[in-house]
Amino acid sequence: MNYIVSIGLEVHVQLRTKSKMFCSCDTGYGAPPNTHVCPVCLGYPGAMPVMNKEAIRMTVLAGMMIGSEISTYSKFDRKSYFYPDMPKNYQITQYDKPFCDGGAVEIMVDGKPKTINVTRIHLEEDVGKNMHFRGSSGVDFNRAGIPLMEIVSEPDMSSPQEAYDYLTALKQIITYTDISNCNQEEGNMRCDVNCSIRPEGQTELGTKTELKNLNSFKAAFHALEYEIARQKEVLEAGGEIVQETRRWDPDTFETYSMRVKEKAHDYRYFPEPDLMPVVLDMELVEEWRSGLPELPEVRKARIITQYGLPEYDAGVLVSEKALADYFEGAAELSKNPKAISNWVMTEVLRFLSEKEIEITELKVMPKALSELVSLVDDKTINMTTAKEVFAIMCEKGGEPAGIVKEQGLAQVSDDGVIDAFVKQAMAENPKSVEDYKGGNKAAVQFLVGQVMRMSKGKANPQMVVGLLMDLMKG
Amino acid sequence: MVDEVDQDGIERIDVRYVANLARLYLDDSEVDTFQGQMEGIVEYVKQIGELDLSEIEPTSHARPIQNILREDVVSPGLDHELVMDNAPREKDGQFAVPQIIE
Ligand SMILES: [Zn+2]
Repeated sequence: MNYIVSIGLEVHVQLRTKSKMFCSCDTGYGAPPNTHVCPVCLGYPGAMPVMNKEAIRMTVLAGMMIGSEISTYSKFDRKSYFYPDMPKNYQITQYDKPFCDGGAVEIMVDGKPKTINVTRIHLEEDVGKNMHFRGSSGVDFNRAGIPLMEIVSEPDMSSPQEAYDYLTALKQIITYTDISNCNQEEGNMRCDVNCSIRPEGQTELGTKTELKNLNSFKAAFHALEYEIARQKEVLEAGGEIVQETRRWDPDTFETYSMRVKEKAHDYRYFPEPDLMPVVLDMELVEEWRSGLPELPEVRKARIITQYGLPEYDAGVLVSEKALADYFEGAAELSKNPKAISNWVMTEVLRFLSEKEIEITELKVMPKALSELVSLVDDKTINMTTAKEVFAIMCEKGGEPAGIVKEQGLAQVSDDGVIDAFVKQAMAENPKSVEDYKGGNKAAVQFLVGQVMRMSKGKANPQMVVGLLMDLMKG
Repeated sequence: MVDEVDQDGIERIDVRYVANLARLYLDDSEVDTFQGQMEGIVEYVKQIGELDLSEIEPTSHARPIQNILREDVVSPGLDHELVMDNAPREKDGQFAVPQIIE
């Protein structure tokens, strides 16, 4: 039996405001437990929340980026539940009047664009963090109250890969807008996933299960793969899917039922009496809109025309805003943008993935990369040396011209020196010379290699080849 | 807060259920007491239904105030020691609570 899979995502994104959503506490990550807290985010009786304007602006920007309708009238509500991560026993969130309605994100499926519809984006407060000790649990409220944007999608994705691609596309849009760091290790982006399957031909959706608090895109992918297989197995065995919340265990690679009682989730939403509604002035909204960054697709088209790059290059470069910024920083200073693009797509990305660091942490500055390309182009150094200089700059930073000088890496283009190396290589390898003269043109490569070795990689390769061919001609 | 509608279309509050949601443990006589009181409140509020409200927008707040916002500026919170004075128990700078089992 073939099944159709329907996946919907609720993505929680921590906004990168300096202060929390309803109080002035610091949002910085990694502080000692319970040091970024105050009466408001600890839920002391009588403490009054006040909305952070910047968090509202960021939420509205996210909506604009995906084409949501921005609400002129929004309000906050209380969602009641009891859990040790929530000191007030209710979370301030938005129930029926979110800041953004509708919208869509495009992903590529088998080379064709597919639209994933977004239901809404609302703003809420993050909760505290629980630690588990032997015999007890700990609560750290530093995270409680950090502005959390929730992006709710329609069940439009039909495979774990599509869910993964949607998350990647969202991250790209959000980091372009600079409203979140989207750092998965620091929990900036987490998601709840719901998923159902139904036999082909059936129109109504099957019973869905929910997987909560997946803290990485990979976790979402694997959890969905497992859950879809599990649901198929249940149906094939003649069973029924139970609507429930299941937990993904990243260690065993399984989901398991949380056995939460049926009626436990009755949140009793009601309007937050301590917060007045937000009525957005459309003039202000338009002012915010004018601060929107270039969308990735628009930037890609511009990079293609402005720098004369192939579409493939431009696609790789705009995949992340910081990477595109880096490329443009170097390309603007260079006569050879294509060479810059080659360096970024190969050496730079390889180094970043080897070291597992971000482009913003790279010690090779865009200006240094453009200078490195110039040194190759004016034949001061050859490609082999350039890679060596790049490696040195990755370790210590610095200017390529200075490094070349300091380490004596400049390419040898002196006729006399090269002449001597070439003659020595021919004298030491008479067989290769014979082979070449006998018609084996590839033999010249071996001799070039010998000269490069003798010159410690510094000989100008074009000159070496030219001279070798000259000398072996007659 | 209305939980069910009985056969006569009268809305009733299930006090025991609501108490359970709020983690309040009531004995039978308390349930009876609060059931009566809550129903009295609902009856009182229902008088609104006697008015023609077709032209009135649903209201979440009684006062016409909006956009009480603050700028995104950090200020120090409470001293850690002061915060932990309110903790029944402490472990590694955290509030220690009974083990959370899911
Ligand atoms: Zn606070």
